[in-house]
Amino acid sequence: MNFHDRFKAMKASGDFSGLADALPYTQFMGMSVEIVEGRLITQMAYNDTLIGNTVLPALHGGTLAALLEAAALFQIAYDLETEIMPKVITLTVDYMRSGAPKLTRARAEATRVGRRVANVRAEAWQDNPDKPITAANINFLLS
Amino acid sequence: MADEDNEVTGNTQQFLDRIPHIKALGVKFVDFSGNRVTVRLPYQEHLVGNTDSGIIAGGAISAVLDNVCGSAVVSFATGMRSFATLDLRIDYMKPARPHEDVFAFAECYKMTRQIAFVRGVAYQDSEDNPVANAAATFMFTGTGIFSKKGEFGA
Repeated sequence: MNFHDRFKAMKASGDFSGLADALPYTQFMGMSVEIVEGRLITQMAYNDTLIGNTVLPALHGGTLAALLEAAALFQIAYDLETEIMPKVITLTVDYMRSGAPKLTRARAEATRVGRRVANVRAEAWQDNPDKPITAANINFLLS
Repeated sequence: MADEDNEVTGNTQQFLDRIPHIKALGVKFVDFSGNRVTVRLPYQEHLVGNTDSGIIAGGAISAVLDNVCGSAVVSFATGMRSFATLDLRIDYMKPARPHEDVFAFAECYKMTRQIAFVRGVAYQDSEDNPVANAAATFMFTGTGIFSKKGEFGA
């Protein structure tokens, strides 16, 4: 089944748990999606290949940018009626705390959805959702 | 620039390979001349975001841009001070063409005692037709590369 049909089937069934596996990149990055209390949570399992600084050690900033981008994309795909995946226009990431070598979770929320553009804010955390390690604002182009 | 200079500034394939995530992405060192560091992300099936289009996921390009911007700081700085990304902005102008490698370069255009300011570009055939533009700031976190500080601003 091609990606478009898989995505369409997920929309129809409401079961998005296979979404991260449907994209080779997010599968490669150890990401998975789950719905917790009605909110989509995107997780990135820990793997030594995610490390950027071996001395601290700390997750590579790029892995956190990728996690936030995925969390935002999955949230917006989940929220909207469209069957076509939106495209990222801009991504701004703030790095607040070092990412430890452990599981990282992310959640996203559409702050404004227009006809052509959606703005989504995403946050990633490890031990405490109120102490995010990284946050991002992402603008998507909608089809 | 001579290899010894590259060793000192840390801009070599060996240096890239010491960063686990960058090694996992298969990033290749291309060039370091003037102020500019250039790397190549080989096209790999497992980096694809959408199997219908075969286009490399934005996240992979973001990670390469974040890293090459950091490499530009290493090359600009006179010592191997440790630093971490403070913020990173990426503007995607067009999707990367499938089945083709993506190149990225970065240049540090300003460095203060605390902060380094970097611009980067991801492209395929020409930097005049970029896939993405990046602007990143980095904060110096200690006096040496072996600093154990984990919190920014500490």
